[in-house]
This record gives sequence, C-alpha cells and structure tokens, in this order.
Amino acid sequence: MNLKRASRVWQRNFSVYTKLYKSSIALNFVEPALYLAALGLGLGAFVKEINGIPYINFIAPGMIASSSMFAATYECTYGTYVRMTFQKTFDAILATPVNIDDLVAGELMWGATKSMLYGTIILIVISLFGLVDSPMIILAIPVLFLSGLIFAEVSLIAVATVPGIDTFNYFYTLLMTPMFLFSGIFFPLTGLPPIVTKIAFFTPLYHLVNICRSFAAGKVGDVWDLIWLLAVAVIFAPYPFRLMRKRVIK
Amino acid sequence: MNIVTARALTKNYGSVRAVDDIDFDIVKGECFGFLGPNGAGKTTVMRTLYCFMPPTSGEVRVFGLDVTENSSGIKAKIGVMPQEDNLDPDLTVLENLIVYARYFDIPKKVSSGVASELLKFVELQGKTGVKIGDLSGGMKRRLILARSLINSPEVLVLDEPTTGLDPHSRHAVWDKLNILKAKGTTLILTTHYMEEAEKLCDRVAIMDRGKILTIDSPGHLMQIHGGNLEDVYLRITGLHLLEGRLEP
Repeated sequence: MNLKRASRVWQRNFSVYTKLYKSSIALNFVEPALYLAALGLGLGAFVKEINGIPYINFIAPGMIASSSMFAATYECTYGTYVRMTFQKTFDAILATPVNIDDLVAGELMWGATKSMLYGTIILIVISLFGLVDSPMIILAIPVLFLSGLIFAEVSLIAVATVPGIDTFNYFYTLLMTPMFLFSGIFFPLTGLPPIVTKIAFFTPLYHLVNICRSFAAGKVGDVWDLIWLLAVAVIFAPYPFRLMRKRVIK
Repeated sequence: MNIVTARALTKNYGSVRAVDDIDFDIVKGECFGFLGPNGAGKTTVMRTLYCFMPPTSGEVRVFGLDVTENSSGIKAKIGVMPQEDNLDPDLTVLENLIVYARYFDIPKKVSSGVASELLKFVELQGKTGVKIGDLSGGMKRRLILARSLINSPEVLVLDEPTTGLDPHSRHAVWDKLNILKAKGTTLILTTHYMEEAEKLCDRVAIMDRGKILTIDSPGHLMQIHGGNLEDVYLRITGLHLLEGRLEP
C-alpha cells in the first residue's frame, strides 16, 4: 500500500462530496434532531434525569456517536458498493498506478474522515444548544476518526462479502440498529440483563458513546474505552484488504 | 523491440480456463489486434496486460517489467480504454480528466492544460462543464479515449473501442487512433469488427476458447486464405469449431 496513491482515492471521494454535499448534508441534521426532540423532549418530560443528568443532555453525546457511525457505514456500504459495481469507478481507478490496496486504504480513510466530519457537525450543533457541559468534548473529534475507521472496516468487509446490494438490509437490521439501540445512547445498560452489557462491550459504538459522554461531562472517563477502539481498529485492518482483493481482482 | 512478451500465459476463473497457455509478442509502435468470438479470452488477456489481475501461470512482461511485480510502474505508462463506460458520473467532463490525472500524480496545473488539449483532440472542447449523463454514447467513448491519454501513454490498450458506435463516431475514433499510431504509440486492441482490424492493425491474433489460433498480418492472412479478413476469421474460427466438435 502506498499512502500517496491512497490519498488520491480519498481526494476523488472528497471532490465528489464537495460537489454534492449541499443536496444531502441537511438530512444529516434531521435524524439526530428528531431523536433529540422526540426522546429528549418527549420522553424527557417523563424520565427527567438519568444519573443526575437531564435526559436530553444524557442522550445528546450519543447523537454525536451514532451520527458519526452511520456516516461511515452508509458511505462505506452503499457508497463503496455503488462505486465498485454500478459505476465501475474501481475498474477505472485500477487501470492507473493505483492498486487495489491503495484503493481500499483510500476508501477506509474517506469513511473515517466522513465519520469525523459528521460527528463534529453534530457536536457543534448540540454544543450551541447548550446540551454539552464541558469544552473537553473537542477531544472526542480525533476519537471519531478512530471509531470511524472501525465502522469503515466493518462496512468494507460487508461490501466484499455481500452477494448484492439488498443484502445490506441484513447488515443494518441485524447489526447496526441493535447496536444503535443497545449501546447506552438512550439508557444505561445496567438495567438490562447482564448478557446485554456483555454483548454491548463487544461493539465499537458502546465505547464511543462512553467516551463522548465522559468528555461532554468534562471527565476523562475510562481509558480502556479508547484502548478497546485502538485495538479493534488494528485487529480488523487486514480483513477489508484481503477480502476486497478477492472480490475485485478474482 | 518487443514492448509486450507473454509466455505460457494462462488464466483461470475458478475452474474455468479463460486463457490457455498462450505466447505472443507485441512490437513497439505496432497496432496489434486480438480477434475472436465472445468468451475467447480477449478481455482477460487485456486485463493481464494492464495489470488489472495477475495471470494464473506463465509470464507477462510489459516494458520488460513483470506484471505481477511492477504493476504501478507499468500502469503509469499505459493508457486503458475499457469495454464498458466507467466514467465518473458525479463529475463533469473536465473534472473526469483532472481527477483521473491525479491518480498518475499529475498536478492540476499541468493536467488542466493537457485536459483541454485532449478535449480538443477528441472534439469535446465545448463540453467541459457537461455532466456525463448528458453525453451521447459516441461522446462518452471519445471522452474515455481522452482520459486514457492523460498520462501520455507509450502503450494504449483498447478493449472494443468502437462497439455500439454509429459509423460516424466509429470513423472519428479510428482517425484519432491512426494519429496516435503515427506518433509512435503502441496500440493493442480487441474488436469484433473485421473492418476495424483491417484498417488499424499491423498484426492480429485470432483467438478461440482461450487459445491463439494464428498470429499474422491481415494482408498475409487474406493472401493465404483468400477473401477479406472477415472470411479469413470465419474460416479459421469455424474450422476450429468443427475440429472441436470432432474431438471425443
């Protein structure tokens, strides 16, 4: 893998994004805003507080985490799949000095970048709404890149293995949605059977939510959350390369 | 001087043998054509030449470099016009060229000049800001040709460059290819149009079922077998089919 050539792939995606973002970026606010309004205000009127934190403030840092997660996964499942199959963008790129490993690295870096970008936008918005207590939340931004990388890796593994684009429905229904619901964004997992906490521990979103929530409260939090993310990003890294090589090159 | 050498080139897709133990050389500056029915293995040969995928066995060298070891170095000096349209639909005509140039590490300052020259060459100079979806089939092919030239390649690989084009567009592409050939660019192409092969190719390899049946100049083939290149092609591939049928 050559970093410079990989960055050319990143640049291609960035060029396309800067052309098209106006038509889609507003939508990325709508979903977290809906959750904040419906659950934060609606449910919050009854729940009031969790662990001494007003309910809407409790879920706000989780919106940073989930927005950044979905930004990476949508980009690196549907986006990458369309580039690979329907648009044949990969075929065009692979006829240049860029090789498949450069291409995969570029896609991963782009997914992580978009993840960080979208999480940061939500971070700014909820801070403006006064839902964050500490400026320490800024420290979450580089963590969003790291977790974004994990989500991009998982997504590319899915791209390399799905028989068709419809199969992503399983990916979202069976993996992403349960993770979104049971990662401690909306309620502490302590109230659920211990098995749920155990499963949640193995999902990247759970650790990202912990980190965002700690930083939002001005606490350093548990350093193991960060170590977990680092370790998993490294452990998963070879698989998108290996599987995409097999899928694209034959 | 040989610019491409292939020895015992074999490519399998799973249990299917697409290219079966073939040898050929391509000389610098010539136009070399691969002819043969669908599924003969032409595209597979092309794809190994431009390092899209490695051969299952055998050796392929381009510019003296092994395709499995020096892919980036080889690809830097090759232009590829694929069979299918793979222009970037999210980018305009000009952006397609500029973004493509970046993969070759050509800075924008240089590539924007080269791009406008190339667009003039393929007669798309008025279309710089147009979206790919708004181009006709012929315009797309010409833009892909322009894109394949962005790195001033020494070798141009053309996989069915004029398939699906109307006669005017086809002649337009031929004219461009003849200009490139006159400039010394080595052309390697596949085609189903015998007229195209007769017009452009110095030598052709006629393939069937992964094998090369013959390599010769169109003129010599017509001299030996009589008729035009299409007659020769049908006779040679037809005989092969017949032989195939007689096999136990």
